[in-house]
Amino acid sequence: MPGSVQSIERAAAVLRLLAAAPNGLGVADLGNALGLAKPTVHGILKTLHQVGFVEQDHTGAHYRLSDAFGRLGETYLDPNELRSRAINWADSLASRSGEVVRVGRLVEGKVVVVHHVFRPDDSDQDLDVGTTLPPHACALGKAVLAFDASGAARPGRLDAYTTRTIVDPARLAEELMAVRAKGWAGEFEEHTVELAGIAAPIRGLGGLVVGAVGLTGRIERICDSRLRHRSDLITMVRATAEAIGRDLREER
Amino acid sequence: MAEQYVAAVDQGTNSTRCILFDRRGRLVSVAQREHRQLFPRPGWVEHDAAEIWRNVTRVVPAAIRQIAAEPSQIVAIGITNQRETSLLWDRRTGQPVGHAVVWQDTRTDRLITELAGDEGPDRFADLCGLPLTTYFSAPRLRWMLDHTPGLRARAERGEVLFGTMESWLIWNFTGGPQGGLHVTDVTNASRTMLMNIETLEWDDRLLAAFDVPRSVLPEIRPSSGVFATATEVLPGVRIGAALGDQQAALFGQTCFSPGEAKCTYGTGSFLLLHTGKEIVRSTHGMLTTVAYQIGSEPAAYALEGSMAVTGSLVQWFRDGLGLIHTAAEIETLARTVEDNGGAYIVPAFSGLFAPHWRSEARGVIAGLTGYITKGHLARAVLEATGFQTLEVVNAMNADSGIALTALKVDGGMTANNLLMQFLADLLDVPVVRPMVTETVSLGAAYAAGLAVGYWPDLEGLRSNWHRAGQWLPNMDPDRRATEYANWQAAVQRTFGWIRPDQARSDQ
Repeated sequence: MPGSVQSIERAAAVLRLLAAAPNGLGVADLGNALGLAKPTVHGILKTLHQVGFVEQDHTGAHYRLSDAFGRLGETYLDPNELRSRAINWADSLASRSGEVVRVGRLVEGKVVVVHHVFRPDDSDQDLDVGTTLPPHACALGKAVLAFDASGAARPGRLDAYTTRTIVDPARLAEELMAVRAKGWAGEFEEHTVELAGIAAPIRGLGGLVVGAVGLTGRIERICDSRLRHRSDLITMVRATAEAIGRDLREER
Repeated sequence: MAEQYVAAVDQGTNSTRCILFDRRGRLVSVAQREHRQLFPRPGWVEHDAAEIWRNVTRVVPAAIRQIAAEPSQIVAIGITNQRETSLLWDRRTGQPVGHAVVWQDTRTDRLITELAGDEGPDRFADLCGLPLTTYFSAPRLRWMLDHTPGLRARAERGEVLFGTMESWLIWNFTGGPQGGLHVTDVTNASRTMLMNIETLEWDDRLLAAFDVPRSVLPEIRPSSGVFATATEVLPGVRIGAALGDQQAALFGQTCFSPGEAKCTYGTGSFLLLHTGKEIVRSTHGMLTTVAYQIGSEPAAYALEGSMAVTGSLVQWFRDGLGLIHTAAEIETLARTVEDNGGAYIVPAFSGLFAPHWRSEARGVIAGLTGYITKGHLARAVLEATGFQTLEVVNAMNADSGIALTALKVDGGMTANNLLMQFLADLLDVPVVRPMVTETVSLGAAYAAGLAVGYWPDLEGLRSNWHRAGQWLPNMDPDRRATEYANWQAAVQRTFGWIRPDQARSDQ
């Protein structure tokens, strides 16, 4: 049986002490209370700060629990923050693939479009940031649903958009298992006839899936002659999701 | 053959970045490091130039490592930089003399008043295209020479060198004390107030007026053209371009023809209109500046509307007031309310830039009532950038006689959809974002790639430009007029805040 993880025990102890000290505590206070060396405490605080559990006061000398710590069940990444981290990589994906690119996240059973990049052919297109998509019927949605552990975000009813939309919950569960195994999600006329898509999950700190990035286009451009999603596009989409995730995980 | 890339080094106000671009002008990797902002006194802003060069030596290899490329795959380096930030360094040791004095610094305000004398702030505008303000380099250089003991004598003996950040970077890329090349480009030189805007050479009348010895000044070169081959960081790679960040963005947006304009939204925001080979003199508070010069071709000029505080107002909202955790959260907070609730923030932190050029102005929050929440203030912060853009566009239209029909935008704030929609509503024209938001770096890369033949010509670059997003106007004209009138009333209230008797002495 694996033993307990010491650093998590220590982090939990730091959180308990901070929760009991409304005015916050300094590194030395925590070190003295726990019998730990200052660099150790500092490392724990830095990580807790990075994941958003603790905040520094304006002098930078005291740490306290963040507001967000009390609301752990809510989404931790601001959608506008997700867009600003994704924008360069989403542009690059649109320009390499020649297709429409969207970044989406799951909110109350719907995929909300957080960012939208036009297909780079200078044709007339409308920005659809803020609009919603049915998660079971699009690649973006399946890429996030597959990693949603709560089940709370699952759509209640599986509406049909085309004859190919997955409306059977058991089939959707199978499909999501396949997405987890492959690491990406495909869409084939499930939302709009003649359109296909590819999306991959974006992982923030600790591997949490915070949304997905994907492209959509006409079947003949997204799929090969045997109607399989093109492997070069899959590679591009996954690399884009990875680059956005890296950006999110990096400390700025 | 392994793919080749151009490396753009963007030495900005807050950070230094290296971005690699491929032949289609697509961004392939980014590495970035922030540097410290030093505020030794109210109104003073400084950077440690040694820290900045150290950051360059780190971000360039990091960007190459990110895509597992070899330095030999880099065909050229393009440099772009925060403009007007001024530095002196020791030719022999390579050590900076004090800190670099940043473009936002207002320590020269009294000197400016003295220099303007009876003739007023436009006394040098015929020669250099610029009004006397704390914004440009020459007053700063004069201040440094006056306030550092023994420095003027050392300068006259040729022991110290002056430069803006591109000069400092190129000198260090080419060996520093061991044979470093001391050069600048026409765009950066056009921001000093020391270069003659017509001849593109240092002007003796300006040097005399600012009491600056010619021996400290770098040689002026075209923006695009091989400056030298690097011996440090990327040994053997040619430095193909240097240009000020805003001019680089104009180039990156492929605004190569007269009448084309772009606005870059960053710490400050800058609208530049290409005016071709013609030098247009503004009567509405715009600056005349060099857009770029490619090799031995004639220089292209631009009119510029400069807004000092736009993105930095969001930073202040985050760091100074602590109302948000990240800059992007301002949009979330602003969307918690329907409108500004009657509040307007005029961010005259270091006076007002274009089109007012009032250095004695200081910021106000106008229209405060008990109704106002932090959500309304967040709106007012974003709208301040919109209103300032409208003022500049109106002035630009008046100067050029042609009304703007669409605005090409770029820079970090274009990720803010609320602001982009507000801009379209206020300007009543479509606002268009290109596929590469990092146009500053892209422009430096384009200019460098042209110089070494990586790209054949400007037309080829134009075909790389694509629309990535567009916001269409949708605001009632009456509301637009009322909002703008309110803003203008708020602006009036910033004027005359710093009175001559309370201006700090420039000791």
